[in-house]
Amino acid sequence: MKEHDYKKVGLKAGLEIHQQLNTTSKLFCSSPTELRDTKDASYEFYRYLRPSKSEMGEIDRAAIEEGIGTRRFKYKAYESTCLVENDDEPPLEMNLEALKIALQIALLLQMQPFEQAHTMRKLVIDGSNTSGFQRTALLAAGGYISLSSGSVRIDTLSIEEEAAQIVNKDIYSLDRLGIPLVEIGTAPGVTTPKMARELALALGTILRACKVKRGIGTIRQDINISIAGGARVEIKGVQALDLIENLVRLEVTRQLNLLKIRDELQERGAGIGKPVEVSSIFAQTASNVLKKKHVWGLLLHRFAGIVGKEIQPDRRLGSEFADHAKKRGVAGIFHTDELPRYGITSRETEALLRFLKAEESDAVVILADENVKTCVEAIYAIMDRAKAATEGVPEETRRALSNGCSEYMRPLPGAARMYPETDVSPIAVPTELINRIKAHLPERLDDRMRRYRREFLLNEELARQIAWSENNQLFEQVMRLSGGLNGSHGRDEVKDSATFAVRTLEGTIAELKRDNVPVDRLTHETTLDVFRLVNSKTISKEGVPEILRCLAECPTKTANDAAAELGFVMLSERELQAIVDDVVQSRLEFVKARGAAAVGPLMGVVMKQVRGKADGKLVNEVLRVKIASVLR
Amino acid sequence: MGDIGHGDRVKVARDKKEFFGVLMPSVTDFVVLKLDSGYNVGFAPEGITMTLVEKAAPLAEKRLPRPVRPELPRLSIISTGGTIASKIDYRTGAVTSQFDADDIIDAIPGLAEIANIEGTLLYNILSENMRPESWSELAQCVYNEVRAGANGVLVTHGTDTLGYSAAALSFMLQVPVPVVLVGSQRSADRPSSDNVVNAICAGVAATSDLAGVFVVMHEDASDETCLVHQGTRTKKMHTSRRDAFRSVNASPIARVSYQERSMQFLGDHTGRGGCELSVRPHIEPRCALVKFFPGASPAIVDFYVTHGYKGLVIEGTGLGHVASDWVPHIRKAADVMPVVMTSQCVYGRVCDRVYDTGRDLLSAGAIEGDDMLSETALVKLMWVLGQTSDRFEIARLFKTDVAGEIHADATRTRSTFEELL
Repeated sequence: MKEHDYKKVGLKAGLEIHQQLNTTSKLFCSSPTELRDTKDASYEFYRYLRPSKSEMGEIDRAAIEEGIGTRRFKYKAYESTCLVENDDEPPLEMNLEALKIALQIALLLQMQPFEQAHTMRKLVIDGSNTSGFQRTALLAAGGYISLSSGSVRIDTLSIEEEAAQIVNKDIYSLDRLGIPLVEIGTAPGVTTPKMARELALALGTILRACKVKRGIGTIRQDINISIAGGARVEIKGVQALDLIENLVRLEVTRQLNLLKIRDELQERGAGIGKPVEVSSIFAQTASNVLKKKHVWGLLLHRFAGIVGKEIQPDRRLGSEFADHAKKRGVAGIFHTDELPRYGITSRETEALLRFLKAEESDAVVILADENVKTCVEAIYAIMDRAKAATEGVPEETRRALSNGCSEYMRPLPGAARMYPETDVSPIAVPTELINRIKAHLPERLDDRMRRYRREFLLNEELARQIAWSENNQLFEQVMRLSGGLNGSHGRDEVKDSATFAVRTLEGTIAELKRDNVPVDRLTHETTLDVFRLVNSKTISKEGVPEILRCLAECPTKTANDAAAELGFVMLSERELQAIVDDVVQSRLEFVKARGAAAVGPLMGVVMKQVRGKADGKLVNEVLRVKIASVLR
Repeated sequence: MGDIGHGDRVKVARDKKEFFGVLMPSVTDFVVLKLDSGYNVGFAPEGITMTLVEKAAPLAEKRLPRPVRPELPRLSIISTGGTIASKIDYRTGAVTSQFDADDIIDAIPGLAEIANIEGTLLYNILSENMRPESWSELAQCVYNEVRAGANGVLVTHGTDTLGYSAAALSFMLQVPVPVVLVGSQRSADRPSSDNVVNAICAGVAATSDLAGVFVVMHEDASDETCLVHQGTRTKKMHTSRRDAFRSVNASPIARVSYQERSMQFLGDHTGRGGCELSVRPHIEPRCALVKFFPGASPAIVDFYVTHGYKGLVIEGTGLGHVASDWVPHIRKAADVMPVVMTSQCVYGRVCDRVYDTGRDLLSAGAIEGDDMLSETALVKLMWVLGQTSDRFEIARLFKTDVAGEIHADATRTRSTFEELL
């Protein structure tokens, strides 16, 4: 793909990061923050939502487009959710654990907290919030983050409620609703796609130093992008870091192409006709997409060839029209740049063009639906979008697609969507509190990595892996068991046991999980017990994977039981001697023939018998001595 | 800061940083600003300087004229406050006192499809501030609307004491059209408010083939159906859920489907036009409802006697009991005022002929409240005392079913005022 000259096109981008916090309970009620299987829902209920006015008397445009009181939403509730999620009980006061974590993040980003936080209602009537709004409070402003390519200002940090998880069209699950999250908004200081990725990575690193949730869906990025002459577009729902660069690149492509289209339309003197019902033309149609439906058409003067013009890989201006039409409920649209097709014949196409008095340079868009109201709303939406094409790039919210493209979602929300949450009192955030949080800020992950290299002599790769991992606290506990560098162990031993601990926590357990072993059932205490057995040389390191598997599958067992049962208790040196004697004596010919080189092959034979019960190093040592003595 | 007021656009400077926004009312010492992003934030006043950018512009509201549709019935809406159609001016914190049909239709546009709406603002109070005198005024107001030709009346009411008002209107009014009390449990300023579903279903009930006083509220957690409850049989049974209102000791009259805008009867009911319109709003507010509890002092009863009360409802335990040491005090009270026994069980009928305490209470002069809700019994006692001062007549009228509040037997017929008095 051709790389744009981003400086020349005037790329400006900023990120909005949403990160779930790993608190015990939700932001405004005592329900746990755990996700549930929708199979386990204990009951369901139905609701309608309507936009309400802000305190300034305005209704938000994005809220209006989501539909006024006509969509019926279904909600799935659990025994782990309560009446607050149902919007059948007022919220509790804000969860202070969440507030503390959010303030930590704000301070790590060099931000300045406001002295009083006000919980607001942000209107969201797509059904993802039972109340019809998301509770949110702006906590801090005016921070920055340093990157290799320059620093980016951090404008806002808010704490808010996570939305309900969508299960299916207009069906939502209440388990996720209300989990605390922080929303971090950066200034539009990003000037290249690479910088966008670097920014996301740097923010993620800071977030992970704090008590945040991990795993798919716990962090989401929205990107704001504009170019000179284009418009601010917000692309939502970017879950993979790798997608960010591509999204920025392809949005620049889209805006450049839309500007080209605008120039051409203006040069041609293009115009938009009025929507017309054209059902009669298709009364006898054999096309399944139009049969027995209302069909409406829109004449676009001097648009020939433009509707089918590609603006992003595999997406045309027509795709943008279709996005708007689909939003109103029709399945799709057809335009004369691509007709005849889809069972619509060339005769029908010509009749359509004649009926609308279309000329060669014109284009016609048609759509069909059983419901005439849906048709009319959709065709008017296309009319508006076509008009916008003659003016350039519309400001809007878009949804990220997995290939880096995006589709229309809704208009950009305005300030009118915010009004005060009168059920929650404002919270004072006094300087003393800020100072106390400042004094105990979590260790930054790059500092932690450097410390692990220093204290445990880990190589950089392993130190980074464990520093960024959720298991880092468990790792430190494991290292404390043996006393680390301050203990009575040599440097090699410390390095060995740290390396073994990282490989076990990050490698072995992940492998067991891939093997469908229920490793989530391993408590920290059980895992620590296994390391205790290793430290006391009761078991060998080789036995650890099998012992962990056994403990995960049967959590009532103790580490000692499991080791004994699996026969992983270490052999005494005498027992080992006896086994080695046996092996060497029964292969005397071979040993004599090969001499000292027999150690290699015989090592395999012995290990087969003692794996997990003896340390490989020791086996090697004993075997070498024995062979030497036989040869003598 | 003197010439800066709420609603003005201002600049706040703090630590060399500037924030622009609209100055909002604050209930604390903090200076509250609505930023351009829509967020409100609070600044400690000592750390900032504030300058005026622009004075507030008055709120402009566009209104289109509403055509009268002659084919639709005439529905009168009387507002007493509560959250169903309230508008809060966040700039001053005040609930707007303007209330006309347009305000209601703004809040609940679907009502205009059901009827031609006329609006009256009677009160703008929280329902816990209603008084017995308010019930009388409300009854008179409903009477006036029906006399002026309303085909149905909707009373919007705070939910806290909605049950009391419904009972009071049931006793005071004899109406040939439906009078429907409706409220909302979740405030009207949220997109998920139950106000629209409740009001539309109430509108359907108020224009249906019914006569009498009813309460219409959510049937369950879903925005699907509402129940029509008899005005004397309804109790708020939950602090916050939408389906807080229940018919007690009676089945609901009907179920209204929100989506279908249709009503299905569930039991006996009186059809539209079945009686003459009349109002008897007189009431004796000096009555009390007392809850008995283990160890409660009988001096509580004496208090009402010495303080000039005219009637007493005692919410007793179980079948309608109090501790034996209350009996002599109740005997003394019953000499000067009617004393009614109801039960804190909520469900079921009082029967003081089963245990000794009950029999003692009856011989002391207590009146059984039958299967009436305690609140309904209190309201009825006030109303009965407003109608007559003859003690035998009081007892007789109290024990007679006036508005469906007592279920005597399956074949009971509704008495008219003339037959009763």
